[in-house]
Amino acid sequence: MKFNRLESTCIPLPMENVDTDQIIPARFLKATTREGFGENLFRDWRFDNADQAIPDFILNNPQYGGQVLVAGKNFGCGSSREHAAWALVDYGFRVIISSFFADIFRHNALNNSLLPIQVEADFLDTLFQVIERDARSVVEIDLPAQTLSVIGQDLRTDFEIDGYKKECLLNGYDDIDYLLQRGEAVRHFEQHKAYVF
Amino acid sequence: MQGAAPKTLFDKVWDHHIVQARAGYPDVLYIDRHFIHEVTSPQAFDGLRRRGIGVARPQQTIATADHNVPTQNQHLPIAEPLSRFQVDTLQKNCREFGVELFGLGHEKQGIVHVIGPELGISLPGMTIVCGDSHTSTHGALGAIAFGIGTSQVEQVLATQTLLAARPKTMKIEINGPLGKGVLSKDLILFIISQITTSGATGHFVEYCGSTIRQLSMEARMTICNMSIEMGARGGLIAPDDITFEYLRGKAYVPQGADWEASVRWWKGLASDPGATFDTEYRFDAADIEPMITYGTNPGMGVGVRQHIPRPSGSHHAELDKALHYMGLQEREALLGQKIDYVFIGSCTNSRIEDLRLVANFVKNKHKAPHVNAWIVPGSQAVEQQARAEGLDRIFAEAGFDLRQPGCSACLAMNEDKVPAGKYCVSTSNRNFEGRQGPGARTFLASPLTAAAAAVTGSISDVRDFL
Repeated sequence: MKFNRLESTCIPLPMENVDTDQIIPARFLKATTREGFGENLFRDWRFDNADQAIPDFILNNPQYGGQVLVAGKNFGCGSSREHAAWALVDYGFRVIISSFFADIFRHNALNNSLLPIQVEADFLDTLFQVIERDARSVVEIDLPAQTLSVIGQDLRTDFEIDGYKKECLLNGYDDIDYLLQRGEAVRHFEQHKAYVF
Repeated sequence: MQGAAPKTLFDKVWDHHIVQARAGYPDVLYIDRHFIHEVTSPQAFDGLRRRGIGVARPQQTIATADHNVPTQNQHLPIAEPLSRFQVDTLQKNCREFGVELFGLGHEKQGIVHVIGPELGISLPGMTIVCGDSHTSTHGALGAIAFGIGTSQVEQVLATQTLLAARPKTMKIEINGPLGKGVLSKDLILFIISQITTSGATGHFVEYCGSTIRQLSMEARMTICNMSIEMGARGGLIAPDDITFEYLRGKAYVPQGADWEASVRWWKGLASDPGATFDTEYRFDAADIEPMITYGTNPGMGVGVRQHIPRPSGSHHAELDKALHYMGLQEREALLGQKIDYVFIGSCTNSRIEDLRLVANFVKNKHKAPHVNAWIVPGSQAVEQQARAEGLDRIFAEAGFDLRQPGCSACLAMNEDKVPAGKYCVSTSNRNFEGRQGPGARTFLASPLTAAAAAVTGSISDVRDFL
């Protein structure tokens, strides 16, 4: 899946240290395909034990919608389960904005064309205020220019992304396409490595 | 080598595994060992099928079934249909792609991070990956070991390499002897409580200092296991004579001249004097008490005699939410909190030394009547060893339920769940909301603190019994 530019409203989740067990609880990891995990995204925050929607949770608030999740720092910590990225994508998210991401989650997101955008803590605070003031606020993400802005407001930031990963997202390439072309270098490495095991 | 800049252990091992380094690209890193299990591998095998390719180096991938397996009646078919299908799918994939499987019922089956070191499949100086964040465990041997997602599992299956940017390095030095009743689990829970659950994000940690040097291999594994709980990509410890003695004679280690050559190479795997790290911490072992967590991430821990802290500033909302989930109050004492379950197991604390410590403590004692106490060994080999030493009888007499190997109540993918609202003192690695079952409330602790809680029925200071 390619990623270039996106305009969308946002869903705010101003909690810190959201772990992947919350994004998709372990009991839903028994599927052997990548599809369908969105149904159980944030399952235990979205639904009570009787499977009734919990109205306080942001995904159940009809005022908020969109393809951009704005989350507190250290989003995606804990388990390496890529199912967390699959669940977010399956639910309809294309971008997650936070002041920083757990490492494994960031890789998993990028490998699924889910763009993790890291912004300064102050910018994140302001963005939360903007969205909470007006749920209809629209952000524009421009991957080629590496900018994030709130449309109609003087709120804009640049963001970093590894140049290689940017190319992958823009063109829909994945790492295996790249690595499969390195077979000769791998064989050379194996013949010359410094250790015997 | 005159003039060569001093290098960290991490950088030495990383540099030995670079297949290709290109400006503007992540490194192409060679992977020596790849472990897979039933939960995070099926979609990777499907990817290979879609591309019409095989496993590049099948002999360097080892599979086991651990996350989903029952811990009772393992000789029977798995009752839960989805779990059975996932375990069957692993078997089918391994057969089709030529990967060795230690499946349910196999004498080498066990939790992936227990069997790797136990069999000598994981070695110093290696790069080791697995679709599981606790792969950092294998770093105790002096390896670069880290967890990956399923897309990366597919990369490794397809190419035996991984695209990876070099992380920053962190040194955590701990000096001095550990106090009475203080285990390596307490040490790592203490470090995480100081650095916080995100404090090592972006880093690879090297643990060093006199405290680490004196620890057994299994105690070191407990420490490296929880590196991810402070956000680190992994953690490692320089190999030494304790490492070599641990590995000597194990089933999969290099033999004869290869063993000698390997030990010579491993002896050079240490950070050079003067090597610089991006971040450094230093702790004194004398400051560490038996630890207990009170919240919903592993950084929310204190000494067992302390009270739940009052948060400052922006952390108020997070702590309020955690304490509400846990049914606890700020400034409340933890000592004496009534508990319902004790779980001794997981890739953090399910090895034979853990079981011996618990057996030694509970011998001639009995669990409190209202407590369910589960002991889940990390592997078939650990279970066999425990039985050979008569630990099974001690556990039975103390009212503990010794089960069969698997991940079990650490993540509650199988039937071993803590019911909603109940309290469990657990030797596992995560106290996240719902981790041990929907609504379950987890106190993370060492095997000794867990054993003491089982006996008294409440959170206790194990030092009162020693």
